[in-house]
Amino acid sequence: MEISTQNALQNYLLALADDELALAHRNSEWIGHAPILEEDIAIANIAQDELGHAALWYNLLCQLTGDDPDRLVYWRDAADFRSAQLLELPKGDWAFTILRQYLFDVYEVVLLDGLQESAYQPVADTAVKIRSEEIYHHRHTHTWVKRLGLGSVESHGRMQGALNELWPYALQLFIPLADEAVLVDDGCVPQRTAVYNQWLNIVQPHLADSGLEIPADAGPPTPNRAAHSPHLAGLLADLQKVAREHPGANW
Amino acid sequence: MAPLTDSKKTCEVSEKPRRSKIWQALQTVKDPEIPVVSLVEMGIVRDVTLTERGEAIVYITPTFSGCPALHVMQRDIKERLAEIGCKSVAIEIRLSPPWSSNWISDEAREKLRQFGLAPPPRHHGDFIGLADISTAVCPRCDSTNNTLKNSFGPTLCRAIWYCHDCQDAFEQFKPL
Repeated sequence: MEISTQNALQNYLLALADDELALAHRNSEWIGHAPILEEDIAIANIAQDELGHAALWYNLLCQLTGDDPDRLVYWRDAADFRSAQLLELPKGDWAFTILRQYLFDVYEVVLLDGLQESAYQPVADTAVKIRSEEIYHHRHTHTWVKRLGLGSVESHGRMQGALNELWPYALQLFIPLADEAVLVDDGCVPQRTAVYNQWLNIVQPHLADSGLEIPADAGPPTPNRAAHSPHLAGLLADLQKVAREHPGANW
Repeated sequence: MAPLTDSKKTCEVSEKPRRSKIWQALQTVKDPEIPVVSLVEMGIVRDVTLTERGEAIVYITPTFSGCPALHVMQRDIKERLAEIGCKSVAIEIRLSPPWSSNWISDEAREKLRQFGLAPPPRHHGDFIGLADISTAVCPRCDSTNNTLKNSFGPTLCRAIWYCHDCQDAFEQFKPL
């Protein structure tokens, strides 16, 4: 593999892993606080799945770089993360959490469809593994979006409010990384425009069926995955606290 | 036969019987979350190879990728193989082909049922279709008059159902 391709692949894997990690952490904040017991269990499972997926991507990255997944998670500062801002936002209310998870689940299923065909076999194998689990997430959030969107006046209002806020952030997922073109040319990853079109073909009719209106296209808040919302620092402070206070500790 | 004293070799017998001895030992390593079935019956242990230096390499594959039991499984495999004299054991995790609940043996399915866990329906890899039509048979009364209550349960691999005949909840090992 050429150096430029290898560098681009590392950047791509880091973004994939950081997205999963940030979302896993936000979902885990619901544990013990979800609206009903069944959903507490479901969101904890989804958080654990996403954390498992983050671990797979970090491991793949570290096989290329010789780095340590624990270092990447616990010892990088916000500026070195490449998560999209969608995943960093505070968990909000249940509507916000469900809708964010839904928008991301569809993105993941579509993206993984493309990554399953990757010319870089370890990425293809990992995508196949993750995709079968994501189907369960997608089915769950797909159902909830409709139920809340068509539910009471209050649940509909909260969902529409969440959609208005989340939509521009979701669009950041479809902006290619600076050096992604070389990976597309080599058949390692799918084109983001194709992923976006497939995503839109799924979410647009479902949101409409759920009585929700997509807001006017304002574009993403930033195209740059090195630029973060102020919320990431707080997320990391929470996530990294124990590891940093007790370096090298075993438990 | 003289006891094994050469530290470079971990077993005195030739490769084929040794491999089968390892497989036999692995048959007794239970799934940490479902202690009635072995890792072999669950299809988690994929292969065993021996290096020229006598090291055993056990290839395993995770059921769900975030499964925390994977760490315990690796420890249990090493401990069990140490008991039968394998001093050098390496465990490698394989993602491909991805684990499928179809790999759970018939014997293990029956053990799951007796344990109170409905076995996953066999499928043909059409996973989206399967997720939509998934069914479960109540492990207590064999009823199919059931409703899925939650695709997510107490572990990543379990879903929660309700049996309308028993009028009680039961868990199912999720199809994957």
